[in-house]
Amino acid sequence: MTPTLSVRNLRVEIPTRRGVLRAIDDLSFDIAPGEVLGMVGESGAGKSITGSAIIGLLEPPGRVAGGEIRLAGERIDHLPPERMRHVRGKRIGMIFQDPLTSLNPLYRIGEQLTETILTHEQLSGRAARDKAQRLLEEVGIPAAAERLSAYPHQFSGGMRQRVVIALALAADPQLVIADEPTTALDVSVQAQIIALLKRICADRGASVMLITHDMGVIAETADRVCVLYAGRLAEIGPVRDVVKHPQHPYTRGLMAAIPSLAGDPDEKLAQIPGSMPRLGAIPPGCAFNPRCDFAFDRCRAERPDAYPAGATQAACFLHDAKNPPPPEIAGRASEVGLGVTRAPAEVPQ
Amino acid sequence: MNPAETSLVSPGPATDAPLVEVKGLRRVFDLSKPLLNRLIEGGGRVTLTAVDSVDFSIRRGETYALVGESGSGKSTIAKMAVGLLPPSAGSITIEGIDVWGEKSADVQRRMRRRIQMIFQDPFASLNPRWRVGSIVEEPIKAFAMIPDAKDRAARVGELLSLVGLDPRDGSKFPHEFSGGQRQRIAIARALASEPHFIVCDEPTSALDVSVQAQVLNLLRELQERLGLTYLFISHNLAVVRHVATRVGVLYLGRLVEEAPARELFADPKHPYTRMLLDAVPDIEMAGKERLAIAGEIPNPVNPPPGCHFHPRCPFVMPHCKTVVPPVLARGDAGVRCHLFAEG
Repeated sequence: MTPTLSVRNLRVEIPTRRGVLRAIDDLSFDIAPGEVLGMVGESGAGKSITGSAIIGLLEPPGRVAGGEIRLAGERIDHLPPERMRHVRGKRIGMIFQDPLTSLNPLYRIGEQLTETILTHEQLSGRAARDKAQRLLEEVGIPAAAERLSAYPHQFSGGMRQRVVIALALAADPQLVIADEPTTALDVSVQAQIIALLKRICADRGASVMLITHDMGVIAETADRVCVLYAGRLAEIGPVRDVVKHPQHPYTRGLMAAIPSLAGDPDEKLAQIPGSMPRLGAIPPGCAFNPRCDFAFDRCRAERPDAYPAGATQAACFLHDAKNPPPPEIAGRASEVGLGVTRAPAEVPQ
Repeated sequence: MNPAETSLVSPGPATDAPLVEVKGLRRVFDLSKPLLNRLIEGGGRVTLTAVDSVDFSIRRGETYALVGESGSGKSTIAKMAVGLLPPSAGSITIEGIDVWGEKSADVQRRMRRRIQMIFQDPFASLNPRWRVGSIVEEPIKAFAMIPDAKDRAARVGELLSLVGLDPRDGSKFPHEFSGGQRQRIAIARALASEPHFIVCDEPTSALDVSVQAQVLNLLRELQERLGLTYLFISHNLAVVRHVATRVGVLYLGRLVEEAPARELFADPKHPYTRMLLDAVPDIEMAGKERLAIAGEIPNPVNPPPGCHFHPRCPFVMPHCKTVVPPVLARGDAGVRCHLFAEG
C-alpha cells in the first residue's frame, strides 16, 4: 500500500551569515494511511521545521536542499506555489499550537469555514454553510447553528482549538499535520482535544502527523513515533516499543527524565547531562555522543545509520550487527536493556 | 560540608512553627471601566476575585505546591507572597513577620532578604545587557552583605558552582546560555541573598524534559543542603508529585483540596483533583479508566454560584449550586466539597 506520506532523505538548510545550518539532516519516514505518527523531540530538534517543509511553508531563507516528499506517491516538494496552495488545505490539513493565530479575528467562524470549504469544493453557499454547521457539530461545539455567526474571541481556548480542527478537516484531507495542538491549553481541556482529534481522524481515515514535545500525548495518541535529535532521526518505531523499550540512548534518557504519576516520587529523576547542541555546533559523528553514556571512538567519528533494533529502528552504533561495539560498551548497554540483547526478559538466567 | 556551603545554611530558630502562614488571603481585581465612562455609558463595577479566602501554611524545609489551571489564581498568590502585589484581605506571615504589615525599614529589609523568587521564563527574567556575574552579585550588593568587591566576586563564583555552572561563566552574557543553564543562573541569583523561602513560579514549564529533570533535581538538592522552603507553583501534576511535600489544588481562586502530597496522589478526594489527575496523559500506557472530563474553567469574572466546580462536576447535588462548601478537615487534609459533609 502506498504510504500517505513518504519522506526520503529530507535535508533542510538555513543559510546564515556564518554559514549554512542543517536544520534537518537526512530524515526519512513514512506515514501509512490512517496512521498517527508522533514526532517528538526537544525544542530545536526540527519537529516543526519538518512539518513546515512538508506543507511547503518553510520560512525563508530556510529551504529544502535535498530529498523527496511524496503525498500518496506524488512528489510535492518543489511544486509550483499555485499547485502547492491547492495541496495545502485540500489534501493536507494543518492545526497549529495557538488557535488564535489560525483564526482571523475579524471574520465570523461560519465565514471562515465556508470560505475554506468553497475554496476546495464546488458547492452552493447554502450547502457550504450546512457543511460548516455539520463540522462544528462533529467537533463538539454546542449550539453549532448559532455559533457559526460568532467571532473567534467569543470562544474559549478549547472551543477555538475545536474550530481549528473543523477548519483543518473541512476539505477532507488525506493527511493532518498537528503542530503542538494542545500545548497552549489547560490539562483538562488538552485531554478532550486529543480524544477529539484522534476520533475525528480515525472516522475519516485521515493520517496524522502529530508534532509535540509531550511524550505523554504521544503515548496516548500515536501508533508509531519518530524521535528527532538535532535535526536527525534518533529512533522510530511502534509507540509501545519506543516508550517501554527505547533502543537509542537518547530516547532512553528522555523517557527516564519524564516525571510520571507512577513510580517512587522520592527517587531522583534521571537526567541527561548537558543540552542539545545548537545547529551551528553539532559535534562530528553522532550528534548525541557528548551526552551519551555509551559513546565510543566510532561515535565521535562516523554518523550512524538507522539500524534495526528490536521492534524499532535506532540511529546508534550499539545496534550495528555487522560491526558491533566494543564488548565493554555492549555489556554496559545490555545491562540497561540497550543493544543486541533486547528486553531484559530475554536474557538467559 | 565545604565552607562554601556553611555560609549558606540558614540557621533559623529550630521551632515547629510554620515558616509561612497564609490566612484568609483574598485578592480582588477591579476591571471596571473608568468612572467617567461608567457615568456616561452606564454599567456598574466589574470585579474579578482572583484569590478567595485561601489558608495554608508551609513548614520549614518543605515544598508546598499550588496546582491549578490558568485563571486559578496561583500566580496571584505567588506575587502576594513575595510582596509584589498587596492582598485585598487576609495576611501572609513569613518567619512571624507579616509581609504586608506595618514594620520598620530595618525589619522590612531583613524580611525581604529571606524571600526570593524564581520565574517561569529564564529568557525574560535575566537582563540581557548584564554579565551573569553582575546579575548574581546584585542581591549581595543590594543587601550590603559583602562590602569587599573581591570577596563578593569569590562568593558569586561559589554560587555559580553551587548551581552546577563554572565560576568563569560569570563573565559571559545570558544569551550565551541555554534555557536550562539560564534557569540555573536565576537560581544562583535567588540564592545570593541567603533566602529561607523561595517562590518558584512554574520554574520548569519553559524547559525541555531532559533539562527539566536537571533543574528539578537541582532544586531538590539545594533544599536538602541549604534547608530551603519552597512554594512551588505548577500546572503539571507529574512534576508536583516529584517535588512537593504538601499540595494545594486551586480552582477559580479557591483552595478546593489540600493534603500531604502522598495522600493527594494516592487518594484524591475532590472531584476536580480527580479530574486533573485523570487528565494527565498516561505515559505508562496502562490504559487506565478515566473520569469523563467535560467543559472548561469558566470565566473568573462571573464564576458559577455555590461551589465553583458544580457545572463540571459528575457528582453534583442540588445544594452545590447555591451553597459554597466549607473546608472539611479529613485528618491532615482538607477538602472543600459537599460530598464529604457528615451525615
